[in-house]
Amino acid sequence: MQDYLFYIFAAMTLICGALVIVNRNPVNSAMFLVLAIASMAGLFVLLHAFFLAAVQVLVYAGAVMVLFLFVIMLLNLKDEERRRIKKRGVVAGVFAVAVIGWSYYRSIQGADLPTIASADRLEGATIPLGKLLFTNYLLPFEILSVLLLVAMIGVILLSKKDLK
Amino acid sequence: MSAIPLQHYLIVSGLLFSLGLLGVIMRRNLLVIYMCLELMLNAANLALVAMSRFNGNLDGQIMVFFIITVAAAEVAVGLALIVALYRKRQTAHVEDLTSLNS
Repeated sequence: MQDYLFYIFAAMTLICGALVIVNRNPVNSAMFLVLAIASMAGLFVLLHAFFLAAVQVLVYAGAVMVLFLFVIMLLNLKDEERRRIKKRGVVAGVFAVAVIGWSYYRSIQGADLPTIASADRLEGATIPLGKLLFTNYLLPFEILSVLLLVAMIGVILLSKKDLK
Repeated sequence: MSAIPLQHYLIVSGLLFSLGLLGVIMRRNLLVIYMCLELMLNAANLALVAMSRFNGNLDGQIMVFFIITVAAAEVAVGLALIVALYRKRQTAHVEDLTSLNS
């Protein structure tokens, strides 16, 4: 049953990701990105990362994508639809992606990857994650709070009326 | 219990990263380029969570937690930049933004 769920979620993520870059209308792209992120949260649940799945839905599909849609509506990007995609861009993009994808595939093909040991399975629940976050990773956590403050001040400065 | 090997998760993650990269290179709209960047970050998150699960420690998930936070801050700043740019130049199209090029 879980195997089928993996393939369903993986296919949904990839199809929605492809539709994000194919769609001409930015609003449709944003909607498909929300779907891709939600199905990726499903993959996180299958990997027993329950807290991260919740954070993914709340932060990405909730906050970040609402911000995206807000800006798309604000800028009124309707007339961007008529622009054509350049042939040279497509060729260069496909070539770069093919090279990177081939090297990636080769590197995971020959690698000695760990297989799951049924004895010490790991649950990404809130309690062990929080314990680790506030013991081993306390300093990065605090630095991250400073980063959020810096981002907030920067956004306030950028959105002032008379930007110098 | 699921019998999906780690390779399958990594292949999905790699394919998603490739899609995001393709979008960043091909599309000409700043906002869509931003969305494709988010797609690439999500692909990295998937690889990290899968590695964390199969290696039996939670460090990868902590890393994903940090990545999500940094991505949220990055989106806020980037979208503010795009809005400021649009107010000055009335465009969100990368081919109209060539003032550094000439």
